[in-house]
Amino acid sequence: MSIRGKAAIVGYYETPTQKEMEGRTTFGVLAEAARGAINDAGLRKKEIDGLISSENLNSLLLAEAIGLKPRWTMSMTTHGASGATSIATAAQAIAAGVVDYVLCIFGEARPRSSSRLQAEARARAGGGPPNRATEWENPFGPVIAANGGYGLIKQRHMFEYGTTQEQFAKAAVDERFNASINENAVWQGQPLTIEDVLNSRYTNDPLHLLEGVMPCSGAHAVIVTSAERARALPHPPAYILGVGGPATSHDTIWQEDSIATSPVVHSAPTALQMAQVNIREIDFAEFYDCYTILVMMTLEDAGLVPKGEIGRFYEETDTTFQGSFPINTDGGQIGAGQSGGGGGGFRHVVEAARQIMERAGERQVPRSDLCLVNG
Amino acid sequence: MVDYAKPLPRPEIPELTQAFWDAARRHELVIPRCRVCDAFFWYPRERCPSCLRADWEWTPVSGKGRLHTFTVVRQPSNPTFNEDVPYAYAMVQLDEGVRLISNVVECAIPDDLEVNMRLEIVFDDVTDEWTLPKFRPAR
Repeated sequence: MSIRGKAAIVGYYETPTQKEMEGRTTFGVLAEAARGAINDAGLRKKEIDGLISSENLNSLLLAEAIGLKPRWTMSMTTHGASGATSIATAAQAIAAGVVDYVLCIFGEARPRSSSRLQAEARARAGGGPPNRATEWENPFGPVIAANGGYGLIKQRHMFEYGTTQEQFAKAAVDERFNASINENAVWQGQPLTIEDVLNSRYTNDPLHLLEGVMPCSGAHAVIVTSAERARALPHPPAYILGVGGPATSHDTIWQEDSIATSPVVHSAPTALQMAQVNIREIDFAEFYDCYTILVMMTLEDAGLVPKGEIGRFYEETDTTFQGSFPINTDGGQIGAGQSGGGGGGFRHVVEAARQIMERAGERQVPRSDLCLVNG
Repeated sequence: MVDYAKPLPRPEIPELTQAFWDAARRHELVIPRCRVCDAFFWYPRERCPSCLRADWEWTPVSGKGRLHTFTVVRQPSNPTFNEDVPYAYAMVQLDEGVRLISNVVECAIPDDLEVNMRLEIVFDDVTDEWTLPKFRPAR
């Protein structure tokens, strides 16, 4: 049974994405985003009967904090993909008649020294309970944060396909251009050149500092409901035509068989087939982009260009909001910032809905009927 | 060696991997090989991840392989590694097919590193108790 067109995004809200939000709490910014999305959808809070958030938050704690009484709730556990996965999951539950109005919400107010950050730092330093990493990774001195795995992937992609540093840099430059006019972006008003990216220090070769994300604070929320209910609401709905995934077979990158290819080779064909859309018909893309390598590799794996040709594609294509194939039109996470609590990956969903509803203002893309989103 | 301050291996299930670390101390590399599938697998698990049977044995391997990919560490997650930067954090593909995380040593970093280069094992006796399997360019 296909769920093609049976559910839609009918409202959204996001806070500005900022390095820190002093004086704010995570549940406070999420409450703000929840209220904003519910109001934007023209609904009342008591009508919201579904809630999805991230593993970092726990949707049960969130339901308590924002006084919601869902009859259907879950926490997504697919790391950065949780945001996009929440939409796919909500659409399936709505089509199955399990729930009517789902609030999908992700984000974090990130103070400088939260207990979670301290715990993460201890774990990175080798503390915490023994696990696979304490035996097989930590004795060899992994890179701080997520940079290490993406360095390994990028190095392999450059080897297999000859992708160049300039081509990777172009992706960051296009995204920062989009972010430069986004009032919610952490890098608003600060475009980059390819030279800026290439001259930025290596966090770990071959990754440059300016082709990765800035960990930030921010909250992002949308409301999903059935196509039938959507038609009674104030905004033109953004219909969900097809979904695929989450498709991942590993938790650590060295357990992936082919590290320069992502599980999008499985999820994208499923979504496109359900939507009855050829990828050549897609008008623009909002793709998870913790690093340039990830957005570039996954665009290949979705079938936008043949495998190995994404470098040349970026070199030859204006992918800004005013270009021939717009990608990450709000600046993505590289340009606009990566909100914690799964919020970074969810900005792609919010921006897709905004563009499809034709509410993107100055950065509205001319053709915004069909968007492919990846988490 | 008594001053070694970096993280030593801390197994989640010590009895499962004791044979690996004992072999490393003897400067031997052993990898789990399923008797049913005849295939090596990594990391060690109670059961073969292919056939899900528990019929596998620690099998000596050549210690030869290729540099599958690497990243040059400049900001280690653990500050005890700061004195070593830049160093190579690598995925090494053994000729027997499995991929391990390790370091490439005894060469210039990053200039001597190339994806797909031939590597051979070198055992680093970091303490009296622990030996880490590392790799260097094949000679």
